[in-house]
Amino acid sequence: MLTQFTLAEIVDKLAKKEISAREVTEAALARIDAVEDTVKAFVTQTREAALAKAAQIDAKRFNGEEVGPLAGVPMALKDNICTKGIRTTCSSKMLHNFIPPYDATVAELLENAGSILLGKTNLDEFAMGSSTENSAFFTTCNPWDLESVPGGSSGGSAAAVAAEEVFFALGSDTAGSVRQPAAFCGVVGLKPTYGRVSRYGLIPFASSLDQIGSFTKDVRDCALVMNVIAKYDPRDSTSANLAAPDYTTFLDGNVKGLKIGIPKEYFVEGINADVKANVHKAIAVLESLGAVAEEISLPHSEFGIPAYYIIAPAEASSNLARFDGVQYGFQAEADNLQELYEKTRSAGFGPEVKRRIILGTYVLSSDNYDAYFVKALKVRTLIKEDFDKAFAKYDVILTPTTLGLPFKQGAVRDLVSMYLNDICTVPTNMAGLPAISVPCGYVDGLPVGMQLIGKPFAEGTILRVAHAYEQNSGLPKKKPTLTAKGGAVHEKI
Amino acid sequence: MRKYETVIGLEVHVELATKTKIFCSCPTEFGKDANTHVCPVCLGFPGALPVLNKRAVEFAIKAALALNCEIPRFSKFDRKNYFYPDLPKAYQTSQYDLPVAVNGYLEIEVEGVKKKIGITRVHLEEDAGKLIHAGFADYSLADYNRAGVPLIEIVSEPDLRSPAEAKAYLEKLKSIIQYTGVSDVKMEEGSLRCDANISIRPLGSTKFGTRTEIKNMNSFKAVERGLAYEVARHTEIVESGGQVVQETRRWDESKGKTFAMRSKEEADDYRYFPDPDLVPVIVEPAWVEEIRRTLPEMPDSRQARYISEWGLPAYDAAVITASKAMADFFEAAMADYHDAKAMANWLMGEIAKHLNAEGLEITETKLTPAHLVELLKLQDNGTISGKIAKTVFEEMFSSGKMPGEIVKEKGLVQITDEGALAAIVDEVIANNPKSVEDYKNGKEKAIGFLVGQVMKLSKGKANPALVNKLLREKL
Repeated sequence: MLTQFTLAEIVDKLAKKEISAREVTEAALARIDAVEDTVKAFVTQTREAALAKAAQIDAKRFNGEEVGPLAGVPMALKDNICTKGIRTTCSSKMLHNFIPPYDATVAELLENAGSILLGKTNLDEFAMGSSTENSAFFTTCNPWDLESVPGGSSGGSAAAVAAEEVFFALGSDTAGSVRQPAAFCGVVGLKPTYGRVSRYGLIPFASSLDQIGSFTKDVRDCALVMNVIAKYDPRDSTSANLAAPDYTTFLDGNVKGLKIGIPKEYFVEGINADVKANVHKAIAVLESLGAVAEEISLPHSEFGIPAYYIIAPAEASSNLARFDGVQYGFQAEADNLQELYEKTRSAGFGPEVKRRIILGTYVLSSDNYDAYFVKALKVRTLIKEDFDKAFAKYDVILTPTTLGLPFKQGAVRDLVSMYLNDICTVPTNMAGLPAISVPCGYVDGLPVGMQLIGKPFAEGTILRVAHAYEQNSGLPKKKPTLTAKGGAVHEKI
Repeated sequence: MRKYETVIGLEVHVELATKTKIFCSCPTEFGKDANTHVCPVCLGFPGALPVLNKRAVEFAIKAALALNCEIPRFSKFDRKNYFYPDLPKAYQTSQYDLPVAVNGYLEIEVEGVKKKIGITRVHLEEDAGKLIHAGFADYSLADYNRAGVPLIEIVSEPDLRSPAEAKAYLEKLKSIIQYTGVSDVKMEEGSLRCDANISIRPLGSTKFGTRTEIKNMNSFKAVERGLAYEVARHTEIVESGGQVVQETRRWDESKGKTFAMRSKEEADDYRYFPDPDLVPVIVEPAWVEEIRRTLPEMPDSRQARYISEWGLPAYDAAVITASKAMADFFEAAMADYHDAKAMANWLMGEIAKHLNAEGLEITETKLTPAHLVELLKLQDNGTISGKIAKTVFEEMFSSGKMPGEIVKEKGLVQITDEGALAAIVDEVIANNPKSVEDYKNGKEKAIGFLVGQVMKLSKGKANPALVNKLLREKL
């Protein structure tokens, strides 16, 4: 089956004309036909456009014309990334019928690189959640255990890659929404430095934290995707005007003398013992390759989640105010303006989105602004300073991606437990740093992820370390079973 | 004796005349078909992002420098959150605590007294769209062409002490902004809008009274009237032992009254916070100096120069320099003419009358300085009379033809030939025995009538002095 290959392998086969884009696309569509009913990764599929694009790529290649670096490779985009003429819903009733008249910059870059969009993937509504259970449409299943969640909010993209429906997918990461589902689904997930990948066309959740990232089967594939999407974009004022390197050049396996900081705060209370053991094994692998690992302290990390739940909802309350039923999206029947706003927003948003809008509105109100919002910004600065200090001495920081294993759908009912899914990942968003989640073992047949955090714009370094580990991990080459496991309910934390 | 002092502060919005909007590249052009100058950014579509138009910052700084402001190196944009259908993102991108300019002033003169009025701040923001309420229909239409047009808000200190001072401030502000060229400052088209905060307090008190905010004053006259109305209303409340309620009120021009819109309690909490989609604006001092060098000479300086250089009366100098177009025209004309007062009389009289009637700036007419200079010279050298000059002016104002050409075409050259005039004078004497009689009986006024008759018969072309002389000789 063609779908079992990696992105790099498929690119190679296509370039050598061993296979055609049409064959690859048809294989991917056949795989979707076979597994999508059980995985439920896609909100929208774009099969006809995909086949047409594949034919176009094949014709170009046949004629000796220039095709892009990802020409003919099937992929998927999280459904909060705008695609011209293709419904973009944010898995919300509010945007169930929204067809953007423009492409996100990443969609455009991938289009020009020749990749083939197979569809838009499921997410927690407006990217608010850690399980896809907050999708207004359905919950995506974890391909390693169909009863478990794939993580979130980019659960659809993670599951689609893990289930080999596509060769890669993009997601967005505001507090861990790429890395946590990557860990849960046993794939590689990268959140680049804030500003490295354009946010233009990403429907915002929290603008100062959101960053588009990728899901791939391995680290080399991640570098190949980054080579296309990491680009300065004058349409995004927060985009870094900085040339991106060829990320594959970092994949040399050389981590000799590389200094790795292991923050003690990420290995304490609430961590699953097996997760901890697997991460420690990974550290040992890197040490065996010549890297030097030392315990460090990031003392303000524990305030990451509380500060995040002030800053992100504050920005979200403003970002989501535009969904008022006036111009586009869901519009409720109403007799006057006030009623239009109330009914549209009451019926259009799900409970988690409403909760965060209310929270954000509260912390921004003039009576609470200093006590909450300003204080949270100060915490954010302290978290960033922790990292600055650590990076003065260390090249990368290594942590578990999550404290626990994928949990059963419906198992986590208490909000705070759900929010704590992002405890290891949220500090890097607060600091704007790049971080990657790489599979580092299996517990009860479920994947475990470790996180490597880098200095600003040092995606190359974390890719190097991740790659060196991946090549030497000694892990069995496992594929998800696409079955329900039953058995133990892995309660979170 | 006045018992109360009025305290007024003004918030003036000025639309900047940039070619494109503040956060996208849509044109700012006024008066196009609804929703034709829009894009995902100014429509607030999700995922679209703002990119600051540097020219808008430059224009804001230019205006602020003309208002003697300081330009801080660091400023930023904030979101002002509120729901309204003319606001596509449900927040206005504006500047809250760190505006682009602070601490300026301008000088006004009311009844001969000069006074400095402080300017607290100048900040940049985006305009909203426009709602169109179509008659009695049960819907409203939204036009977003104006959404995202750059505005500056100029906030004065509460230094104004009367509606007349407020009007003088506005006129001066308009004039200064117009000189900088960053806006066409037309109140009728909404490119200059004014809200006022007003309160009264017992004379001698240093504490402010409770203020009201007045909106919807759409002309200079409305500002003066609206504020005068509020002064009277506040005074009446205080006199009768009541308390002014802090609220926003709306001026109704046709009723000549203000009406309560919303109270302080009902006021929106705008939940300002820094816009995470934009980066701070760093203004290097070198850029500020570069912009400062592009500022033209301001009205106050020109006024002083007209008085000292050309001996123009202060009033004339003030009137002419109020409009940059008028002052530029005046200076261009004076380059080829000697009598500033005669020139000023034309500009303030006949020309101003025509411009007002047609609602035009002098630059929007066919009139050039060369036209006016030639006309004045024709009058000076006796080719045409003052009366004919007005006829020629009418023609040249509408057709744009040069006055010499008009005079030649229509045969309007003044008759200075005694022989040619004598015949007409004789005819008038013969036909008006009553007036002749009156004159001879010592009624000096009668001669005026007789001169008028000669002028009429000569179709205005007779030289009036010569006619006068001939009449007196013959009688």
